[in-house]
Amino acid sequence: MTKTVLNPHLQRRALLAGSLALGASSLAAPRMAFAQAPGAKNMLFVLLRGAMDGMAMLAPTGESRFEELRAAALPDYEGARRIDSTFVLHPAFEQVGKSYAAGDALFVHAAATSYRARSHFDGQDLLESGASTPNTMRDGWINRLVALMSDQTTPRALAIAPTMPLALRGNAPVSNYAPSSLPDASDDFLDRVGKLYGGDAQLGELYTSALETRAMAADDGLRNLRDAAKAGELAASLMRGEDGARIAMIELGGWDTHANQRATFARPARNLDALLGAYAASMGSAWDDTLVLVATEFGRTARYNGTAGTDHGTGSVALVMGGAVRGKRVVADWPGLGDSQLYQKRDLMPTTALESVLAGAAAEHFGLDPAISMASLFPGRSAAPLSGLVRT
Amino acid sequence: MSTPSIALNRFGYGIRVGETPPSEPQADLLRQLSEFDTRPGPLSARPNTSGEAGELLQIIRQSRSATREKAAMDESAGTMESSMDAQPDPNPARTRRNAQLAALPPEYRAKLIEAYGRYRVDVAERMRVAVTSPTPFAERLVHFWSNHFSVSAGKPGTPFEVGNHEFNAIRPHVTGKFSDMLKAAVLHPAMLLYLDQFQSVGPSSPYGERQRRRAERAGNGGRPVGLNENLAREILELHTLGVDGGYSQADVTEFARALTGWSVQGLGRVRRFAEEKPGGASYVALAHEPGTRRIMGRAYEDTGAGQAIAILDDLATHPTTARFVCTKMARHFTRDDPAKSLIARLESDFLQTGGDLGSLARTLVNAPEAWEGDAVKFRQPVEWLTSVLRFTGVDDLSDNRINGILRQLGQVPWGAPSPAGFDDAADSWAGPDALLRRVELADRIARNAPSDAVLERAETAFPGALSDNTRTWLSRAESGSQALGLLLVAPEMMRR
Repeated sequence: MTKTVLNPHLQRRALLAGSLALGASSLAAPRMAFAQAPGAKNMLFVLLRGAMDGMAMLAPTGESRFEELRAAALPDYEGARRIDSTFVLHPAFEQVGKSYAAGDALFVHAAATSYRARSHFDGQDLLESGASTPNTMRDGWINRLVALMSDQTTPRALAIAPTMPLALRGNAPVSNYAPSSLPDASDDFLDRVGKLYGGDAQLGELYTSALETRAMAADDGLRNLRDAAKAGELAASLMRGEDGARIAMIELGGWDTHANQRATFARPARNLDALLGAYAASMGSAWDDTLVLVATEFGRTARYNGTAGTDHGTGSVALVMGGAVRGKRVVADWPGLGDSQLYQKRDLMPTTALESVLAGAAAEHFGLDPAISMASLFPGRSAAPLSGLVRT
Repeated sequence: MSTPSIALNRFGYGIRVGETPPSEPQADLLRQLSEFDTRPGPLSARPNTSGEAGELLQIIRQSRSATREKAAMDESAGTMESSMDAQPDPNPARTRRNAQLAALPPEYRAKLIEAYGRYRVDVAERMRVAVTSPTPFAERLVHFWSNHFSVSAGKPGTPFEVGNHEFNAIRPHVTGKFSDMLKAAVLHPAMLLYLDQFQSVGPSSPYGERQRRRAERAGNGGRPVGLNENLAREILELHTLGVDGGYSQADVTEFARALTGWSVQGLGRVRRFAEEKPGGASYVALAHEPGTRRIMGRAYEDTGAGQAIAILDDLATHPTTARFVCTKMARHFTRDDPAKSLIARLESDFLQTGGDLGSLARTLVNAPEAWEGDAVKFRQPVEWLTSVLRFTGVDDLSDNRINGILRQLGQVPWGAPSPAGFDDAADSWAGPDALLRRVELADRIARNAPSDAVLERAETAFPGALSDNTRTWLSRAESGSQALGLLLVAPEMMRR
């Protein structure tokens, strides 16, 4: 693992951030101490906003009913990577498929959170906050994961997004970063703004955190997150090395495929594949200690609607990737696609709790107690955390 | 905060260069409501775009390899957006997208460029109207309601229509009836396209039956037609009752059936059968699902286009709708966790007047809760930029610059990530990265704006509300432009 060489400008920024951190008392000590022990574990959470269709990602073409439900989709899966006698992987997932073949990826099918209505916004709220009822908790499960891990030093956690997603919000210190094309302000001006914010708890804390994170990423050369592969490389660059983030989150939208699904699904799917492929490659040797969790708020209707798309549904797929994963398998209590097997005769029946996947994998990966993790990250669930997803 | 500062900043977009604070804050806000110009010069000069979106879709459909070009179009949407940035994009992905754009048929390419050009101009004009407005409280109301009925330029055809949506479906109704705004907003081409309604077809309608027979004859080859419930669900969840508003999945489906037939003008496929509706919408009776619909226990006879309108009229005055929209309004104008008494006050006005939005705005102005407390509401990027430009008097930014800045700040109008619109709470906007962007931008703007007498102007912009801390650091600045830059990111400018 190579250490990032700081250019003089970067060092100045880093020093400036350091001096500000000392000035702002509310966040003094732990923020600058992010030493990574050799072999320290990394986790990337990828949130797919808009309800990713798990039946499109990992299509149960082995079920005769699939053709009846989605005849128009069949050409996509001819010649695509066959996972087992039931499932075929959508052809957009070329890199993911390779990781799968290499034993670095697994799919959990027919998974869903405990949310059973069909609002994107409530579904995402529940998946991000970890609450069992939408809009009841203001902090997120990843923030609580950071807190659980903070026995000695707080692991650095970061959202690669222009605004802080709910999953990371909370009391534990976290930051966010997104590339920008704005010219840097002068150091003198930045310094004076820091003083102006000295007496302001909210702005002072945000500002210090921003300068720290930007110091790490100032040479990314990017102007936005539109190029998925570049975003994946950026995520890796912010996570490698001693001062890198141990936990990061990135979001990918475009999954609300109500119409013309063959085309509208392929595009975000290619983006996701490019992001994950670039991230895995850029992590280098750290990939072996990395867990990637990819999840969405809920699935979509099993049957194509009147506009060759799918409406809001329930069960979907969670993708678990990384060198730390015991991969090359589909984890599923497969419910089937018959009318009576579908949830409310329309959606893929959820048979695995998505919360159990997320909490189970994270706890195993970071060596935390699974039951305690589950209770803290996703309180009020009856399902037990899954075990055996990660090599321990 | 003092009452003049609350009137300027909590209700408005901050003081405009050369203005003096209102001596009678409440009366001044009421004046703004009565003097509001629904069609100021730049907006009334906007060309009519009815039918443009439909024509673009028509071109897409006619292209032979529809799937590949749809992907190219989505990609080129990204290209057009990045071309709005102020500086050339060194990203190689851009070159690739430009090549894809160049590979499109000329008619298609020209229409796409026209669509995103229209969007870029509309974004800039919207900004200029707010920056120069003598009635900024009314502009805030426009932007609040526009976000309530959020549409996005991210779907094929919608870049032509999203500006039109706010200018013609929202603006005229901000002091009118909620039911009129609801009908105008959801039955507008921008919304009909954005939420997939334009292609939803009643399965038992004459058109649906014919397509089904065709598909059966053709085996798998026929183009499937049928219901799409996206718009119906979002009207119930986001525009009227709210997510726990007491409706069921069956209500969503019934509503989707009632909405069938509502589409957009310019679609050649149905042009012969379409009846033109106000605002660029159309109604195709042949695609309407026949029969009485039953929604939340009430029956709606099949009156064709009127069936959905009757449902919307009932939803608009439903008590659950009143609660939902009044809560949002209180949250927007006062604080993320608004006082229950303020919500109740607004709600009771809404119910009494049957959703008179002018009366609702006056009730807000007269509510004591709106005049209480410190500045705790974090300004969203558009609010912050509007206030900055009003204060500095910078009014010569090009369309491209305005679009580029908004993009860097993370909030381009009609570009919300979901139909729920932009979130209206500090948690979504007060992030480290977002704050640093404002700081960088403030530094840049301050270096190019008049910077005399910054401290005196600060006292005028926040009468009786400027903190000693801010005053100290402004007075210690090494230059006028540095003082201006600091003021633009001071706590007074960030929260209202």
